[in-house]
Amino acid sequence: MNVLIHIPTALRPYVGGRPAVEVAGSTAGEALDDLTRLYPELHKHLRGEDGKLRSFVNIYLNDDDIRHLQKEQTLLKANDSLIIVPSIAGGARG
Amino acid sequence: MAELTRDEIARYSRHLILDEVGMAGQIRLKNSAVLCVGTGGLGSPLMMYLAAAGVGRIGIVDFDVVDASNLQRQIIHGTSSIGKRKVLSARERILDINPFVEVDLYEEALDSENALRICAPYDVIVDGTDNFPTRYLVNDACVLLGKPNVYGSIFKFEGQATVFNYQGGPNYRDLYPEPPPPGLVPSCAEGGVIGVLPGIIGTIQATETLKVLLGLGTTLSGRLLLFDAINMRFRELKLRKDPETPPITRLIDYHQFCGVPRPAPDQPREEAAPMPAEGFFRLTPAQIQARRADGWAPYVLDVRGAPEAAIVRFPWADALIPHTEVAARLAEIPRDREVLVHCKLGGRSGMAAKVLADAGYQVTNMEGGITAWARDLDPSMPIY
Repeated sequence: MNVLIHIPTALRPYVGGRPAVEVAGSTAGEALDDLTRLYPELHKHLRGEDGKLRSFVNIYLNDDDIRHLQKEQTLLKANDSLIIVPSIAGGARG
Repeated sequence: MAELTRDEIARYSRHLILDEVGMAGQIRLKNSAVLCVGTGGLGSPLMMYLAAAGVGRIGIVDFDVVDASNLQRQIIHGTSSIGKRKVLSARERILDINPFVEVDLYEEALDSENALRICAPYDVIVDGTDNFPTRYLVNDACVLLGKPNVYGSIFKFEGQATVFNYQGGPNYRDLYPEPPPPGLVPSCAEGGVIGVLPGIIGTIQATETLKVLLGLGTTLSGRLLLFDAINMRFRELKLRKDPETPPITRLIDYHQFCGVPRPAPDQPREEAAPMPAEGFFRLTPAQIQARRADGWAPYVLDVRGAPEAAIVRFPWADALIPHTEVAARLAEIPRDREVLVHCKLGGRSGMAAKVLADAGYQVTNMEGGITAWARDLDPSMPIY
């Protein structure tokens, strides 16, 4: 199954500047693995050395955080989209 | 509760004739207090709109001074304020907009010692800071004090906004249990930000603050609003309490939690150490200048983006490869020479130095980047 993964600004340099990438996978985890296979540089930004998704990068299936679904085992359907939402801190010094 | 004077009734007439605000709501605003942490891009429009709307008391936390590079987005400050303390510049503008507002100034960095004391007198805390330690600190202080935290954050063309810890709703740790390690997420100083973006996100924060104070409508609590300015797209994601997140029971050391050194601006710079564990050397601009004068001729790699190199560059740099592309473009970098990497401030070049060191290069990182060079050695070079 092909799904679209939306890439946030902070990670676009690692995917050739693309705002979204089409990948294959039947679960959220498989889709992310396909993404990092296409763009290996992205791997360390999404997963720690233990292979787990990093806790400051959230993955949403449509509008729901996969942490509250079946995590990486969350099944994908046709026309689903995944959204990567990283922690950003910009504002002002305080 | 303090009533409205004749002058105030004239000033707030467009609020007073709204069913949803009216006299009762405007009096409520007058008797409300909001703390704004940071008077930068987000805090600027936020405080101006809260002042104009008639929020009775506004507290401002900031220890910075106005710099020319702030004015592209921090519209509460003006050209005449360059060099002035931000809290004073902000107060001047607020009182010009609305002299009925009381302004409290906290010219200090919010930390674990003072956060509860500073936040306690306010009804709503608004987070407009630029760093992870302060964001986690503001969040935890709000949770401990039971106060809503109106959140906004920006990067390049992208913004996030929500309301945390409101009516039993989720907080920042439910969204992101832990901060990213230092260096992995670039700051606005390194990544840049389109000037109008904090105007939009800060104004959304102002809207949510007024709604919380008035008990009005549906807030962003439980929803994360994402804004992508370059494609002009808003997106809304569900935000839930995370049962796996441990409860917040006290304030901690947030610099340690985020793995970043405590800011110590006036400390003398340490001499460059011999090869540290990270696998590459660090030299200050002065040390690099001295070595170059002695004939040191490393391959000089600028790892900033092309727009930055167009502003200012070293004429003796050999190549420009953005730090995100270094790993993929090693073939372009000679293996038989020492490599000197630099960026704007030293953060991105540190990441590139690690990549190069891991690939077997002998690498030196320029501490403080081209900004330190311009500041310390060559006043003819622009600082951006």
